[in-house]
Amino acid sequence: MIAELGLAALWLGAALALLQLALGALALGTRHAGLQPALPAVAVAQAVLTGIAFLCLVALFMRSDMSVLLVATNSHSAKPMLYKFAGTWGNHEGSMLLWVSILAAGGALVALLERRLPMRTKTATLAAQAAIAIGFYAFLLFSSNPFARLNPAAPDGQGLNPLLQDPGLAFHPPTLYLGYVGMSVAFSFAVGALVTRDVGPGLARAMRPWVLGAWIFLTLGISAGSYWAYYELGWGGWWFWDPVENASLMPWLAATALLHSVTVLATRNGLPAWTIMLSVVAFSMSMVGTFLVRSGILTSVHSFAVDPTRGAFILGLLAVYIGGAMALFALRIGTVQSGSPFEPVSREGALVLNNLLLSGILVVVLVGTLYPLALEAANGTRLSVGAPYFNSSAGPLALLLLLVMAAGPLLRWRRDHPASLAARLAIPVLVLAAALLLVVAFLRPISLLPLLGLVTAAAVGTASLAPLWRRNLARTPLFTWGMVVAHLGCAVSLAGMAADSAFTKEVLVSLQVGETRRVGPYSVTFRQVSEVPGPNWSALDAELLVQRGSQAPFVMHPQSRTFTDPPMETNESAIATAWDGQLYLVVSAPQDDIHYPIRMWWKPFVTLIWLGGIMMALGGGLALLGRVDRDVFGWRRRLAGRAA
Amino acid sequence: MRKLVVWMPFGVVAVLLATFAAGLLNPSDRAVASGMVGRTVPAFRLAGVRAPDQGLETGYFADGKPRLLNIFASWCGPCVAEAPVLMDLQRAGVEITGIAVHDRADDLRAFLARRGNPYSRIGMDPEGRAQIAFGSAGVPETFVVNGRGTIVYQHIGIITANDVPIILAKLRRAG
Repeated sequence: MIAELGLAALWLGAALALLQLALGALALGTRHAGLQPALPAVAVAQAVLTGIAFLCLVALFMRSDMSVLLVATNSHSAKPMLYKFAGTWGNHEGSMLLWVSILAAGGALVALLERRLPMRTKTATLAAQAAIAIGFYAFLLFSSNPFARLNPAAPDGQGLNPLLQDPGLAFHPPTLYLGYVGMSVAFSFAVGALVTRDVGPGLARAMRPWVLGAWIFLTLGISAGSYWAYYELGWGGWWFWDPVENASLMPWLAATALLHSVTVLATRNGLPAWTIMLSVVAFSMSMVGTFLVRSGILTSVHSFAVDPTRGAFILGLLAVYIGGAMALFALRIGTVQSGSPFEPVSREGALVLNNLLLSGILVVVLVGTLYPLALEAANGTRLSVGAPYFNSSAGPLALLLLLVMAAGPLLRWRRDHPASLAARLAIPVLVLAAALLLVVAFLRPISLLPLLGLVTAAAVGTASLAPLWRRNLARTPLFTWGMVVAHLGCAVSLAGMAADSAFTKEVLVSLQVGETRRVGPYSVTFRQVSEVPGPNWSALDAELLVQRGSQAPFVMHPQSRTFTDPPMETNESAIATAWDGQLYLVVSAPQDDIHYPIRMWWKPFVTLIWLGGIMMALGGGLALLGRVDRDVFGWRRRLAGRAA
Repeated sequence: MRKLVVWMPFGVVAVLLATFAAGLLNPSDRAVASGMVGRTVPAFRLAGVRAPDQGLETGYFADGKPRLLNIFASWCGPCVAEAPVLMDLQRAGVEITGIAVHDRADDLRAFLARRGNPYSRIGMDPEGRAQIAFGSAGVPETFVVNGRGTIVYQHIGIITANDVPIILAKLRRAG
C-alpha cells in the first residue's frame, strides 16, 4: 500500500508541476495575468505531494519491504537502521526522487518567501522551476520508478555496497543535492528575469540568499565527501581528481564565481550579463555532474549502475535545459542594460579577475574530466587524466586566485589608487616575505607548489583579517564577518593542503606481533590481532600501541573487514588526531599467518584542510544571516519605520 | 560581432552535449581485451608450486589437445568464488592449466587444499611477467587455447555457471 501511495503522490506532484508551468506560461501573457496568484499555491502543493512520495520510500526502506524491487536490490534486513534509512538515497532511483523532492521544496520556498521581486518575474521564476522539475518527474516515472513491485517478493535483500555503509553516506549526498538544487533556484531566477527583461539589482538581491545557501551546502558536501574518501577508502589521500569528485567541484567553482558577481550586481548594478551566465553555468554544472555520475559514462571509484537509456534521458534533459537557457541568454542579453562602469583597479576589477580565474579553473577541471571521453569518442584511444595534470594546471591558477582574494576586499568600489592599495597590503606582503624566509630556512627540502602554498596561505590569512582593522567590531555587519571568516578558511585549507603534500611521512611495513616501527613523531607497536564479528561483516582487528615521545601511550584498531553480502573487502583505517596532524593506520589481510602488512602515515596539519572547509561554510552562513536580515526582512522593518 | 559572442555559450554547450552523446552511443567495454587472441601463446617457462611439482611452459600447449588456461591467485577474492565452477568444469572432463600470479607456494597450497585443485599443471608467475605476456590485465581471467597453441578466446573475470556453456562451446570448436 505504501508503495502505491508513494507512486500516486509522485504522479500527482508531476501533474501539478505541469499545471504550474502551464499557468505560468498563460499568466505571463497579457490576457490571463490574473492567474498569477495561483502559482505559489500550486508550487507548495507540488512540494507537499513529492515530499509524501519521498517519505513513503523512506518508510519502505525502514520496514525492509522486500516486495519493492528497489528495496530488495539495495537493502538487507540485517542492516543497521541508520543505513536502511540512508539506503533510501544510496541508489539511483532513490537519489533521483530525493533530487526532485528538494527541487519541489526549493520552488515552494520561493513561492512562500519571495516578496520583493515584481510579480511577473516571480511567476516566470516559478514556471521555470516547474519546467526543470517536469523533466526529472518524467525521468523518474518513465525510466526509474522507485516504487516498482517485485513479484514474488524476495526473501531478503541484496545488501548495499559496504563502502557506502558509513555515517558519511547518510549526509553526503543530501548535502550535495541541497547545493545542486539551490543552484536550480538561482537558474530559475535568471531564466525568469531574462523572460521578463528584469535583470538588475533587485534580481540579484532575490537570488543572493539562494546562491549563498547552495554554496554553503556544496562547500560542506565537498568537504565531507573529501573526508569520507580520506578515512574510508584507506589510501591516505583526500582528493583524487576522480570524475565524480570533479562533478561536485565544478558546480562549486561556478557557484563561488556567481556568489561574488551577484554581489557586484546587487550593490553596484555591475556585471549583469556575467551574473546571468554564471547562474546558468552553475546549475548546468550541477546537472552535468548528475549526468556523469548517473549515466556511468565515465569510469570512477564511485561505481553506480551503468545504464545507457537513463544516460540518454538525462542527456535529453541537459540539452533542453542548458541549451534552452543558453539560447534564451543569446536572444535576450542584448536587452539587458550594461552595468555601471568601473576602473580596472577597483573592487569590481578584482572580482572580475576572481571570476575569470575561477572560470579558468572550472575549464581546466572540465577539460581534464571530459578529455578522455572526447578522445575515446573521436578515435577510440583510452587514457586517464590524473593528478599531475590537475595539480600543475589548476594549482597555479588557484594560488593566483587566492592572491587576488587577499587584495580584493581591501579595494574600494568603482576606482582606487594603486598606491593606497599597496599601503593597505604592506603587512600581508611583509608576512609573505617572512614566511618565505622561514620556510626556506627551516623546512627545506620542499617542492615548489607546497612552498608557494604555505607562503601564500600565510599572506592570505593575514590579508583576509585586514578588513576588520580599525573597525568597530561590534558594528561590523554580519556579512563582512562572513567574508572574513570564509576567506580565512581558504587560507587555512590551503595551509593544510600544502603541509600535507610537503611533510607527510609514509611507511609500509610487514609486522609480526610484538614488533615496533616509527613514523613521524610516533612509535607504533603491533600488540595482537583478533577476529571481530559485525552485523554483516567480520573483521580482522589489529591492536596497535601508539606512543608519542614521553606522552601516555594509547591503542588504535585498524580493521580489514570482509563483508558477506555482497562479498567484498574494505579497510577501516584508524586515525588519531593531534593538534598538529593525524596518524593514519591501515592493516591488510596477512601475507602468511604471522606477517601483517601495515601502512602508516604521519600527516602534519592535514586536518586544516577540512577545518578550512568548515570555516568557509561558516563564513557563508554568517553572510547568509546578514543578507537575509537585510535583503529579505529589511524591507519589513523599513515599511514599519515608514508607517511609524 | 556581439551577436556571435552571445551565441558562443550555446555553441560550447552543443559541442559538449555532442561529446556526451557520442560517449553514450559507444558504451565502451571497460575490460581490457588481450591483443593475443588469435595468436600463439607467448614464450614462457614457469616453475611449479614446489620442487617436485611440474611447472608450465609454452611447449605444453602444442600437444593437439584444447584446454583452458586460468590466470588466478590465492590472494584474489573473486578467484575463491570461481573455484567451484572450475571444479565442475574439471569434473566434466575439461583440462585446466593455471598461472598463479604474484603468489607464494604456502598460500597457494592452502588455497588449493581449501577450495579444491582443478588444475592439471600450475605455473608460478611471481612477478606477473607471463600474465603480461598473455595480455591479461587482472585476475581471474581464462583463455581457451587450441591444440596448436593458439589462443582462441579470452574470458575476463569470474566464470559463472552461466558462462560454462560458452566456454564448453569454444573448447569443442577448438578441438
